[in-house]
Amino acid sequence: MTVSPNEIIKGALSLIKGMGVTIVAFFQPVVTCQYPRETITITPRFRGHTKLVVDDENPDRTKCIVCGMCVKNCPSQSIKRVEGEKKEGEKKKTATEYVLDFTTCSQCGICVETCPVDALAFSADYNRVGYKREDFHFDLIKEFEKRKART
Amino acid sequence: MDELITILGRETVRTILGLTGTFLIVVLNTLVLTWAERKVAGHMQRRIGPKEVGPYGLLQPIADTLKLLGKEILTPRAVERPLYYLAPTIVFIPVLVSFIVIPFDSYLQVKDINVGILVILAFSSLSVLSILFAGWGSNNKYSLIGSIRSVAQNIAYEIPLLLSILPVILIANSLSLKDIVEAQKGIWFVVYQPVAFLTFFIASVAETNRTPFDLPEAESELVAGFHTEYSGMRFAFFFLAEYTNIFIVSAIATTFFLGGYQGPILPGIVWFFVKSYLLVFIILWFRWTFPRVRFDQLLNFSWKILIPVSLLNLLITGGILKI
Repeated sequence: MTVSPNEIIKGALSLIKGMGVTIVAFFQPVVTCQYPRETITITPRFRGHTKLVVDDENPDRTKCIVCGMCVKNCPSQSIKRVEGEKKEGEKKKTATEYVLDFTTCSQCGICVETCPVDALAFSADYNRVGYKREDFHFDLIKEFEKRKART
Repeated sequence: MDELITILGRETVRTILGLTGTFLIVVLNTLVLTWAERKVAGHMQRRIGPKEVGPYGLLQPIADTLKLLGKEILTPRAVERPLYYLAPTIVFIPVLVSFIVIPFDSYLQVKDINVGILVILAFSSLSVLSILFAGWGSNNKYSLIGSIRSVAQNIAYEIPLLLSILPVILIANSLSLKDIVEAQKGIWFVVYQPVAFLTFFIASVAETNRTPFDLPEAESELVAGFHTEYSGMRFAFFFLAEYTNIFIVSAIATTFFLGGYQGPILPGIVWFFVKSYLLVFIILWFRWTFPRVRFDQLLNFSWKILIPVSLLNLLITGGILKI
């Protein structure tokens, strides 16, 4: 190994340059999100599990008309059961049960696309946890009721 | 206090107080440094670092210590028992001895020995022995490779360390650390000896096995190097020794080149710690900036660059002083 003084000076300068990079980073604000203390804002196009959209005319019911298109089109058969009844004085059917198996759902969005009345949308719910698989078989009508109760 | 001195004698009281203070500094320094290292690492990578335990994560090292204390002390079956048990103890002794001669202030020094720096250097080479003990005694290939590397590295870098201290000793005309600090009343020796300061600092980073010279414990290739087989409190001793060594080399650099406890307005001890921890911060800064060097680069750098440069520096200094 023969080293010219020129090389040593060049090397030393590059070391100092590197130290400059880290000391600048040292005084710059942190970029990480301190998760349980703060959360990042969820972007509008985020795909969580699907949710049922409220009917504009009647805030007590969802837009769902129990046509069964989503059940038929789901590539993974994740939508297990959609039940509904026709209430008196109303033209449309009202959904009473909408069971989604979120463990097999891949958020492909085909149900959202095919819904003829735009009753389905992606939620921003990203931190759902559970201890067993059944925790992820949830009834979207119940979720809807919960959301309604909260507002 | 006066009664105590009359009963035990001045020197005994001095020794007891000195040892107590030394232990206090060793433990506090390690607690602060483990926290500081993680905090510096965090901020240099644009994140926060420890923050949950106590304000700004300040109690994190205490939580870590409790964890290490509470752990079961495991001894692998195939270890060479006497060496394996001895290593964590021996690694700790030179660290304690070094504190005896360091002058924290003009009046704050356990004992001013007229060969002070020799004591530190002689005892710090003992830590190589304990690393070899640990590596050999662990009966583990990673430990052995790590300790062999460490020995080769420490021998290579002890020479430039000594050679870069010698010019300062020539100028100050004394081996006592206190005299050396007193000799820097006007101008710090770093002004006279910038090259010696640089070589000393580089060599001391290598002596303490820190990045970019951390081959003995290169975690990406050797698990943890010589302390791979150690756990619990025995591991904590190696940890304690490592961080205390960082402080000691910074303290020696402060004493030899940065005027020790001398400084305006503030009391000497404050100046001493400010200067020392500034150097400690630079060592931490190195760790989070530089990649690890290759082994041949490491030895070539010492034998072919550092030693000739510091020898030349010594020669020139000697020549100028003679004239």
